[in-house]
Amino acid sequence: MDAVVSAFGLVFQPDVLLVILLASAYGLFVGAIPGLTATMATALLVPVTFFMAPVPAVAAIVSATAMAIFSGDIPAALLRMPGTPASAAYADEAYMLTRKGQAETALGAGLVFSVLGGVFGVLVLSFSAPALAEVALNFSSFEYFWLVILGFTCAIFIAGKDPVKGIVSLLLGLLISVVGLENPAGAPRYTFGNPDLMGGIELIPLMIGMFAVSEILRYAVLVIKPPAITEKPFGNIFAGMWALLKKYPLGLLRGSALGTAVGALPGAGADIAAWMAYAVSKRFSKEPEKFGTGHVEGIVEAGAANNSALGGAWIPALVFGIPGDSITAIAIGVLYLKGMNPGPTLFINNPQNIYAVFIVFMLAQLLMLPLGWMAIKVAKRILGIPANVLMPLILLFCVVGAFAINNSPFGIIVMLAAGVLGFFMERFGFPIAPTILGVVLGTMLEQHFFSSLIKADGNFLVFFERPIAGTLGAVCVLIWLWPLGRSLLRRVRQWER
Amino acid sequence: MQRSDRWVGVGLAGLGLAVLWTAREFPQVPGQKLGAAFLPMLIGAGLLLCALALVARSFRAGAYPDSARPAAVREHFGSSAVIIGAVLAYILFAERIGFLILAPVCIVPVFRALGVRWLPALLWALGGTVVVHLAFYKLLRVPLPWGWIPPLY
Repeated sequence: MDAVVSAFGLVFQPDVLLVILLASAYGLFVGAIPGLTATMATALLVPVTFFMAPVPAVAAIVSATAMAIFSGDIPAALLRMPGTPASAAYADEAYMLTRKGQAETALGAGLVFSVLGGVFGVLVLSFSAPALAEVALNFSSFEYFWLVILGFTCAIFIAGKDPVKGIVSLLLGLLISVVGLENPAGAPRYTFGNPDLMGGIELIPLMIGMFAVSEILRYAVLVIKPPAITEKPFGNIFAGMWALLKKYPLGLLRGSALGTAVGALPGAGADIAAWMAYAVSKRFSKEPEKFGTGHVEGIVEAGAANNSALGGAWIPALVFGIPGDSITAIAIGVLYLKGMNPGPTLFINNPQNIYAVFIVFMLAQLLMLPLGWMAIKVAKRILGIPANVLMPLILLFCVVGAFAINNSPFGIIVMLAAGVLGFFMERFGFPIAPTILGVVLGTMLEQHFFSSLIKADGNFLVFFERPIAGTLGAVCVLIWLWPLGRSLLRRVRQWER
Repeated sequence: MQRSDRWVGVGLAGLGLAVLWTAREFPQVPGQKLGAAFLPMLIGAGLLLCALALVARSFRAGAYPDSARPAAVREHFGSSAVIIGAVLAYILFAERIGFLILAPVCIVPVFRALGVRWLPALLWALGGTVVVHLAFYKLLRVPLPWGWIPPLY
């Protein structure tokens, strides 16, 4: 209980509250501009949070991302251009509503159900993470090894469309993680005699490259010109929301629960949660024929799902150090920098910091209502800012940010290389999320594998001996064999006919 | 036809082979059968297998959609080259010339490549440089290089 009280004390400081407010405004702005994603917002924020105390640093990331995921709905509804990939699932639907003269409903539902979904995600996070941490205290290297493998498996087989390309992405990430001295033999690997590479490739410049510079390159290559917005002023966006809540309580609950679960799976984040929730909503709707014609039901469910995914993603990140999405992959980097190494011991040694994160999360969701309303009011102004002026300024910021992590130009080199790599990966259909997971978890994988191997003394069955490790291992093996089993089953059925 | 996948596959196979080749020399962990080479070996073998799968399936038409974009979209590779060139120039010369002079010099061509007119490009570049300098050098104490200008404070 003392920890909760001191957590409130940590959050309700003038400087922390100011950081939350500023980060929220920043998140709303970045999310509302098509081409700038929530992950990019996080990556650009890191060089600034670098100079803050742990709680405001995490607060900045949490509030900026929550706002960005909501405000991605604004251009989706007004321009049919999702502001972040998380709004892509229902951009057409929201735009159709606007075309029918119901922009208020599209934007209002986006805002209100984002908040409700977000609150659901935070509640699940706050109650499940400490309980999970209790369990995780008994974990040995075997459990951690399988958890990492399960994370990779989810990112490839559940989140991705094309498993072969997903595996390539993961292997590229692992290859990046291998660079440096940090390995069981302490031998320099792929350092090419360069002292900068001895310590390994720094995560933050890599993220800035993959998520910000690659977007700038993509913008430059495709030069997207947004269409003009209709001049009609909006009415009250909150009108009719109570009726929607009473009409679709099940959809809200289903979307929030699905979003939290998908968010908690490594490699799958808010964007995949929204696509899945939209599809589920259509599948179980009483009026599926209305979907795609400007029907608000899918927005309710998917809008709740993408915001609840944010909270869900922090569950494995805080308890196991395994990121639930790309945003928490960056956040884990920040936690390490701040000495808040994720893992179950964090819940014992520094519970007030964890509770502070939960409080900030809740605060950000509640703050979203007034700030989101204001953002919708000034939407026309934000969307009127030309992207070709913004992109070079963001580039400048990226360069200085990548430099600031170690005060070394090597960070800028890493950033540029990662940006070019990210650009080509996206272009050729290779997902980025498994790469990030590989980079973040590569060292952990190797470390736990080798300590398990020493304990097992050459007997691989020991990897399955402990109950939780055995279950995790079995789940992984089942997911790998699932495509094989499915095609075998199909052949057998065909043969029977 | 999945031509792009085929060439990407060939490239990845090369990378996989290179990883396998270099990993042979990594040392063992004393008293263990596996060493520093284990994970790189696994990565190299995996890359090679996936590359073969990509190349093989690129000959089976229609199984997977081509990942390259439709030809109808006009692409401007020139502007992305300007961006990469600008960052490279900054990496090479920042220490010598300094942030305050080099940043606007690098960023103005990027504005121009994205279709911003000269005057706004110059103003935005200068304004952005000063703001970033104040935010990072003054506020966050990041030692951005002064270069040719003697340190003003």
